[in-house]
Amino acid sequence: MSEPIIYELGAPGRCAAHLPKLDVPPSPLPPAHLLRDGLDLPEVSEVDLVRHYVRLSQMNYGVDIGLYPLGSCTMKYNPKANEEAARISDLHNVHPYQPEESVQGNLALMYALQSALAELGGFQAVSLQPAAGAHGELSGILMIRAYHRARGDAQRTVMLIPDSAHGTNPASTSMVGLEAVEVSSDERGNVDLSALTPHLNQRLAGIMLTNPNTLGLFDEHVQEICRRVHEAGGLVYGDGANFNALMGIVKPVQLGFDVMHLNLHKTFSTPHGGGGPGSGPVGAGPALADYLPGPLVARDSGAEGETYRWEIPARSIGRVKSFYGHFGIIVRAYAYICMLGASGLRESSEAAVLAANYLQERLRRTYPLPYPRTCMHEFVLEGRLQGAPGIRALDIAKRLIDYGYHPPTNYFPLIVHEALMIEPTETESKRELDAFADALERIAQEAVDHPEWLHEAPTRAPLRRLDEVRAAKDLVLCWERRDSRDKDGQ
Amino acid sequence: MASTIDQSCLYAENHEWIRVQEDLATVGISDYAQDELTDVVYVELPEIGSTFKQGDPFAVVESVKAASDVFLPVAGEIVEVNAALDDTPEAVNDDPYGRGWFVRIRVTDPEELATLMSPEAYASYLQEQG
Repeated sequence: MSEPIIYELGAPGRCAAHLPKLDVPPSPLPPAHLLRDGLDLPEVSEVDLVRHYVRLSQMNYGVDIGLYPLGSCTMKYNPKANEEAARISDLHNVHPYQPEESVQGNLALMYALQSALAELGGFQAVSLQPAAGAHGELSGILMIRAYHRARGDAQRTVMLIPDSAHGTNPASTSMVGLEAVEVSSDERGNVDLSALTPHLNQRLAGIMLTNPNTLGLFDEHVQEICRRVHEAGGLVYGDGANFNALMGIVKPVQLGFDVMHLNLHKTFSTPHGGGGPGSGPVGAGPALADYLPGPLVARDSGAEGETYRWEIPARSIGRVKSFYGHFGIIVRAYAYICMLGASGLRESSEAAVLAANYLQERLRRTYPLPYPRTCMHEFVLEGRLQGAPGIRALDIAKRLIDYGYHPPTNYFPLIVHEALMIEPTETESKRELDAFADALERIAQEAVDHPEWLHEAPTRAPLRRLDEVRAAKDLVLCWERRDSRDKDGQ
Repeated sequence: MASTIDQSCLYAENHEWIRVQEDLATVGISDYAQDELTDVVYVELPEIGSTFKQGDPFAVVESVKAASDVFLPVAGEIVEVNAALDDTPEAVNDDPYGRGWFVRIRVTDPEELATLMSPEAYASYLQEQG
């Protein structure tokens, strides 16, 4: 390990923070009220602490360092102006228990974001409650279940899920107690229409569609799928993970979607992890708007101007989150939308699609492209190369680390052998795209000439090639002091 | 990458093999399947005594790459499971037709065996899969 754990850096008595002198009489807690002994905290000096975290940050890779082509994750640059907006003290120095009239500015901002997302999706209403994409899915499936139950259709429990779907789709369906049924894709990467037919009956609750799908392809029959599902009494859920291809171009409700989540931490440039958290607002068309999780922000126009208040939709599935969603993320996403404006959002999507197609056209000369169509914001190659039988997608991904790139998503979607799923986003210039394509082309040549370079990669990362099998089999979640480990003979 | 096909087995489209021995049969996944999965780290096996229809998912195999359902090639009752896979899931990679077996079943309807592929048919099926 090139960098010790912070506990291993310390020495008894060291301290990085010094509290001011106590200027009130001490009031010790009675021992009977103590829940436990003192905590085993790291004891380090300020300089130990600062150097430790700066060293760790230097080992890290993020969108502020370079291209991050992690397919389906939309790792676009997070503008720093978003952070400025989130730090406006009038917006963040508030408490969720404050009365509505004292936080009208916060409510006005949430209302404006609800309205902007509603415009982009064609939604009748939007709830900002869900804390992430899969949470939005869960909310949407709960809404579909509530809709069928309210109509006396509780037997509608089958949710169709294409074989290219994100794994969260069947997981959300199962958590709601519905039955996930896989439908296959056709040879062009669309949902196979004939695979729907046996399920278009009284048991159908709906379908979960990702459009563009995880192959980065716009489903050529999306309206026909929605029509058939609706005719059979089902509803259509939209997985909005790939909305970055569609902003200002396609309104999902107009295609036939009834409910859909949007990932603010993908499409709307808020950070992924390490400063996140995520946010997965869910929007609904006419059939499901009354079922949205609440509260939403409603606007009243009166003599004194516009006022805002919380409102629970008429048939709401209830709250899905404490308080009002991840407010700091809501501010960042709204700042992004305001900076770009309607035309800028559309240009972002167009540039994301253009960047993906440019890379696809360059790389398909080297790597097999299983679904050779014009792609949307991402595309999926096969990590198999002529003349390099022992090389897999994982080896190529690992070797990219040596070239200074975060690897693309690999082994997903499951319907592509040795999948390498590449999403450059609109952030990257042609120069960046070319440099990344050059690296992948060089790796393809290395795979033939020096396959061991790929098998041993990464050689420049701090821990080199990780033992993923051992990591999965002998998962260690807690660090233990070495002395206690020694006692256990480890 | 040519994968091994055991001549004493029949094969299902999802790459499970079944080897019939009198009224019992052993089930596992093929060499092709284990190679596609890469390193297997966990196998979830069913309860002894549980019954499944043909094509039902009866086990889950997890590799560093993905978690996948495993489907029973013909209907049957589980009479024995390979508990050794708990500690040595890598047997699925090392010896898919031997130590890497998943379950032994009592076949409900031997006529279903006729719907499966012979080793020769499975070989050409793999050719088509590319």
